[in-house]
Amino acid sequence: MNTDVACRLELRSVTKAFPGVLANDQVSFKVGPGKIHALLGENGAGKSTLVKMIYGIMQPDAGEILLDGNVVHVPNPKAARAMGVGMVFQHFSLFEAMTVLENIALGLDENISHAELEKRIREVLTQYGLALEPHRIVSTLSVGERQRIEIVRALLLNPNLLIMDEPTSVLTPQEVAQLFETLRHLAANGCSILYISHKLHEIQALCDGASILRGGKIVGACDPKQESARSMAEMMIGGELMDVEKGPSRQLGGDRFVVNSLTVPGEGDFGVALDDINFSVREGEIFGIAGVAGNGQNELLLALSGEVKSEDSYTVQLDGKPLGKLGTTLRRYFGLCAVPEERNGHGAVPNFSLTDNAILTARNRKGMVNWGVINARKAETYADEIIQQFSVKTTGSTSTAGSLSGGNLQKFIMGREIMQTPEVLIVSQPTWGVDAGAAAAIHQELVNLAGRGSAIVVISQDLDELLAICDRMAVINEGKMSKTLNVAEATIDEIGLLMGGVHGDPNSTTEMTEAAHVA
Amino acid sequence: MLLELEARKEPSRSMLYLTPVIAVLLTMVFGAVIFTLLGYNGLAAVREIFITPAIDIGRWPDLGIKAAPLILIATGLSIGFRANVWNIGAEGQYIFGALAGTGVALLTWDMEGVWILPLMCLAGIVGGMLYAAIPALLKIKLEVNEILSSLMMTYVAVQLLYYLMRGPWMDPEGFNFPQTRLFSDSQLMPEIGDTFVHIGVPLAFIIALIAWFTMSKTVFGFQVRVVGAAPHAARYGGFNKNRTVLLSMLAGGGLAGLAGVFEAAGPFGQMVPQFPTGYGFTAIIVAFLGRLHPIGIMLAGVILAISYVGGEIAQTTLGLPNAAAGLFQAMMLFFLLATDILVKYRLRFGSAAPGGAK
Repeated sequence: MNTDVACRLELRSVTKAFPGVLANDQVSFKVGPGKIHALLGENGAGKSTLVKMIYGIMQPDAGEILLDGNVVHVPNPKAARAMGVGMVFQHFSLFEAMTVLENIALGLDENISHAELEKRIREVLTQYGLALEPHRIVSTLSVGERQRIEIVRALLLNPNLLIMDEPTSVLTPQEVAQLFETLRHLAANGCSILYISHKLHEIQALCDGASILRGGKIVGACDPKQESARSMAEMMIGGELMDVEKGPSRQLGGDRFVVNSLTVPGEGDFGVALDDINFSVREGEIFGIAGVAGNGQNELLLALSGEVKSEDSYTVQLDGKPLGKLGTTLRRYFGLCAVPEERNGHGAVPNFSLTDNAILTARNRKGMVNWGVINARKAETYADEIIQQFSVKTTGSTSTAGSLSGGNLQKFIMGREIMQTPEVLIVSQPTWGVDAGAAAAIHQELVNLAGRGSAIVVISQDLDELLAICDRMAVINEGKMSKTLNVAEATIDEIGLLMGGVHGDPNSTTEMTEAAHVA
Repeated sequence: MLLELEARKEPSRSMLYLTPVIAVLLTMVFGAVIFTLLGYNGLAAVREIFITPAIDIGRWPDLGIKAAPLILIATGLSIGFRANVWNIGAEGQYIFGALAGTGVALLTWDMEGVWILPLMCLAGIVGGMLYAAIPALLKIKLEVNEILSSLMMTYVAVQLLYYLMRGPWMDPEGFNFPQTRLFSDSQLMPEIGDTFVHIGVPLAFIIALIAWFTMSKTVFGFQVRVVGAAPHAARYGGFNKNRTVLLSMLAGGGLAGLAGVFEAAGPFGQMVPQFPTGYGFTAIIVAFLGRLHPIGIMLAGVILAISYVGGEIAQTTLGLPNAAAGLFQAMMLFFLLATDILVKYRLRFGSAAPGGAK
């Protein structure tokens, strides 16, 4: 048997290869009992592959996984759960139309009665001080509450090791603080936690140790409490972190882009309606829209880009020109370009070449069409220019968009719109799933575009991003827009409260208290 | 030893062109085996069906005449298929277009003039378009699945044909046979030189070339491809999905209708109840075997024409059943769909990964 203090989890030279890439190369690290250990790395560093092997979704090509000092073979997630390993995924797998209790029952390996299950759920909830009503329908819950369902699901099995994959990417700052309470409580009871993230200040606040993964290899270990966020970021990207130059000389002009009482009905059962949205963006200004996912951001992007037209021309105005009733083609003609959140299948066609994807939105502004016939050479030249200027890593303009990594495709899409020098650019989640290096480059390009006089709207869930590049910002919550804040004066607390739905407006607070009484 | 499928990073271009060839070869191999097991001379059957018509120059005019409607209809269908619109009812649009052209012919039976045939062709195109517009509008307005509606519309067109042949359009001097008058010289497709190849044959190839240009070089072709590949991206790019669905369906119906007039005013020379021969269905195979690409469709149209002509030869020389040609055609589509996986995946011989082995 093992003589030293057994680690809860130990990885010895774990290696996993996919066609063309070595996802994990000789990865070794240890997590002690009751410790919160961070697995830190950029997108594509191999974090997800690694935890999928620990949870039994994939098998390592070589190397050993040890739990409590014993070498284990984890053939599937069911076996992992039996060994006391739980996992909370970044994307939830919940049925919207069913209750919390039903959702948890569906995910259990054993068969127990609803009454017994409810009793056990309530035990877990009180033990960890979690607020969740087992009989609520999932579609009525906030994202933070949905995540709690996944956590309860994992905790019901009394895990010794809990894996959390990017758990805070969908939470408000207040919800994050609550989650951290729960995790600390768990760790104090002896459960080890493997915490995957690229958000450095969270890791500093929460974790006892960290392993840094880059290009599939462990490139360092550190005590996050001893390091600065910057030093960890530099270990993570393996180079010096580039600062975004806001450009102090930037002149803000008059109102360039005005959104005036924009109201759009929600689509389908789970769509969010936009309710009387008003804001304006000045020449040379970057305007941020924060908010927790699913509060109307997608609907807002569609209404601003012209994919969903408005009933009234004056709801969307560019330099005083009413664009509300126009579709995307005409809005682009007047100088309004947009980048949606989803890259594959929305911002780009995955199985089309980059040249064809350049034609998709740039054909008119870049003069690629004569009498309905496409000038393929012009399109190719434009695609090549984007690839060069935005250093998109690809074999050439004939590669399909789907063959590019997320970050590279995002650079291509951003480049395609920015190089059309739009008067107004609307971007949703510009750096979602993009590595830190590429994110910095994209931020710089946005700032440069604003410097040339364009008005830019950035819709993002990443507060750090908005605080870094925006001049003013507002928060969208349940399809309503908050008051506008000056970024220089705004505090995280204030923004967090707005994201959670408290509008500083006395009426809405009374409504909330009343609702609480009814419930 | 293990045979594994491994995802390719990019779809293989060479496989894209190679799989139709592989499908045809597999069809020959399995066809030979099946007919041998059925007690025929399998090798001879494959030779008669696939080789004889291709090497006998005397059969070439016949190949052209059979290939022309297949190429026309398949070209039209491929536009819809690219937009993810599954028009299975080309046979109905082909019949309805032919009936529209026949209607013009019957109205002008005692007239003469070079304008009559073009007017029949125009009527055929419009007729086919109108008939295709029904499932298209049902899909756009009521979200009715076009696969079912367009297919069912085919049987309506057949019944309409039977009714007209036995009723209002029956030849008054035709001894009560259910068929129309013979078309006059002004109503028949002119033949080229002293062959019996009508001008619809070269026209079909020319139209396929025009379609190739439209699909690959124009904004309309781009629009159709984007709507089919990624509807959200299409909306983002400024293309209206419903309009594209309607237009691509009309293109399919129009070309099927034109093919119907070419056939009625060409080989048939009148309208008869035996007019529907399944070209509208076989054209679906042609469209896929030709990779939805007009140039590929020309080649595939000729291959399917070979199987038609070869099927007739094999009936007389080997006594193969009439269904043999249909069997071979169906196998071609089957093998094509089966081998298509090689475009996105590659076959790998070898052991499983060491970590996974037990």
